[in-house]
Amino acid sequence: MTTATNMTGAPGHAAAIPSDGLAALDPHRIRQDFPILDQQVNGKPLVYLDNAATTQKPRAVIDAISNYYLNNNANVHRGVHTLSQRATDDYEVGREAVRRFINAPDVNEVIYVRGTTEGLNLVAHSYGRKYFKAGDEVIITGMEHHSNIVPWQILRQEIGIRLRVVPFNDDGELLMDEYESLLNDRTRLVSVVHQSNALGTVNPIAAMAELAHARGIPVLVDAAQSVPHMPVDVQALGADFLTFSGHKLYGPTGIGALWGRSDLLNDMPPYQSGGEMIRSVTFEETIYNTLPHKFEAGTPDIAGAIGLGAAIEYLESIGMERIAAYEQALLRYGTEKLGDIEGVRLIGTAEDKGGILSFHMESAHPHDIGTILDAEGIAVRTGHHCAQPVMARYGVPATVRASLAFYNTTDDIDALVTAIDRVIEVFG
Amino acid sequence: MASLSENPEALYGDVIMEHYRSPRHRARLERPDAETEEFNPFCGDRANLQLKLDGPAGSPPLIVGVSAFAEGCSIIQASASLLADGVHGRTVDEAADLSQLFRDLMQGKPLPPVALAELGELEALEVVRQYPVRIKCALLPWVALEEGLRRLR
Repeated sequence: MTTATNMTGAPGHAAAIPSDGLAALDPHRIRQDFPILDQQVNGKPLVYLDNAATTQKPRAVIDAISNYYLNNNANVHRGVHTLSQRATDDYEVGREAVRRFINAPDVNEVIYVRGTTEGLNLVAHSYGRKYFKAGDEVIITGMEHHSNIVPWQILRQEIGIRLRVVPFNDDGELLMDEYESLLNDRTRLVSVVHQSNALGTVNPIAAMAELAHARGIPVLVDAAQSVPHMPVDVQALGADFLTFSGHKLYGPTGIGALWGRSDLLNDMPPYQSGGEMIRSVTFEETIYNTLPHKFEAGTPDIAGAIGLGAAIEYLESIGMERIAAYEQALLRYGTEKLGDIEGVRLIGTAEDKGGILSFHMESAHPHDIGTILDAEGIAVRTGHHCAQPVMARYGVPATVRASLAFYNTTDDIDALVTAIDRVIEVFG
Repeated sequence: MASLSENPEALYGDVIMEHYRSPRHRARLERPDAETEEFNPFCGDRANLQLKLDGPAGSPPLIVGVSAFAEGCSIIQASASLLADGVHGRTVDEAADLSQLFRDLMQGKPLPPVALAELGELEALEVVRQYPVRIKCALLPWVALEEGLRRLR
């Protein structure tokens, strides 16, 4: 049951979310936490709609990183001195924050990586090289980011695996019948994007995992675009591996996480080698360290991990349910407004989608649209979004993509619509 | 020249829009002496250039046929069209000189009046310098030209 007075309830309580999503949170109060948003670009107030590329950072994240360098900087898991202990504690607090955030069973299953790309590569190169043989198959979808295509193509060259691709319909929804028919005795892994960066489609991971698990096939989830915008629970999804980037989660660049089931990770060989990942080294033999250190060779991005932990704590203080409800309402608002503009074709109209407004105009190339939008202070992404197969599917070289975050407002959407009107004035 | 914030559409002046809407020399050549293509993997822009030489014996051959085909934004299309207009009828060396002049223009080097006269309508692309991320759009057809000229030497 929902009442207006619940707005003052503890953050994150699903029951506290009003039915009108735009009232789920106060974006103007949120914006005060993001100092960068308060500036003029080309003489206009900044309208930041490039959140699928990277998100802005709240003061809590910036302060956590500053505090580490100002007061606690030392290497982790090395010294017995006080600073090293503080740095190690904070670094591990970040790991526990990740575990809690994605509801992983065990904190040692959380491996720090540079980002989603490295997470995917780690699984491909460690798990794939150990288990895949010529003729084995990996299933991906037609809406993958290049980072979930290329690592498997490299294994195809090296090992001779086959890459099978699940197609999608004109709305950008996976054809589940086709997926089911692709699963077979040679399938060794399903590697699938949770939310498409180019289309916004949210894929039915739980249903896909159930079908895969019925055949004993593990599932790797690229959660780069989902974890920042909705509650993600690795156990509810039935994922076997899941990876995401810190910088799309309001945290710093250069840090991300790969979660994997410990029974899988324990049997996988190290991905890189050096310090931290070893238990003992002689010139005759090296014994690898236990999880998660086995996969964290070398001095890690300590400040990044601390910043990621701070970002997660910040998001938890607001609540992912609340964030998702607000962004969904903003997406509906934007979809309606852009849909009303003649000459604008929305690309990606799935029933279940996140805050991505990807579009194409017959009269103007995305670069030209991007330049005019930039002159109006609006930041969007133009291009193929590292998803060229998606562009090919829709017969366009590129799109303009406005991607939402919970600090965006209906005013931001209105500014986008006004700027598109200017594009039409220039290009017709 | 109007600044970006004063006039966001400063980039889209008459010459650029005219060449974007009605690009010249797009018809493909039957038997080109050189054909080159440049591609920008980051944005998907593509420029394909065909060159054909001919002329009386004893003098340097002239570029008698040129076909410039660009896919992408207004800037690459206008640049390809203006390039084709510019090199048509020139020798290989003259076309290479024009290409260098155009690069100088895009790099903001001060050019004497005689050089500007040589560039002609191409000077209209100077405005692109105010939009640094777009300079590569303007230059892509010229990269294709320089490779084509190199092959013709």
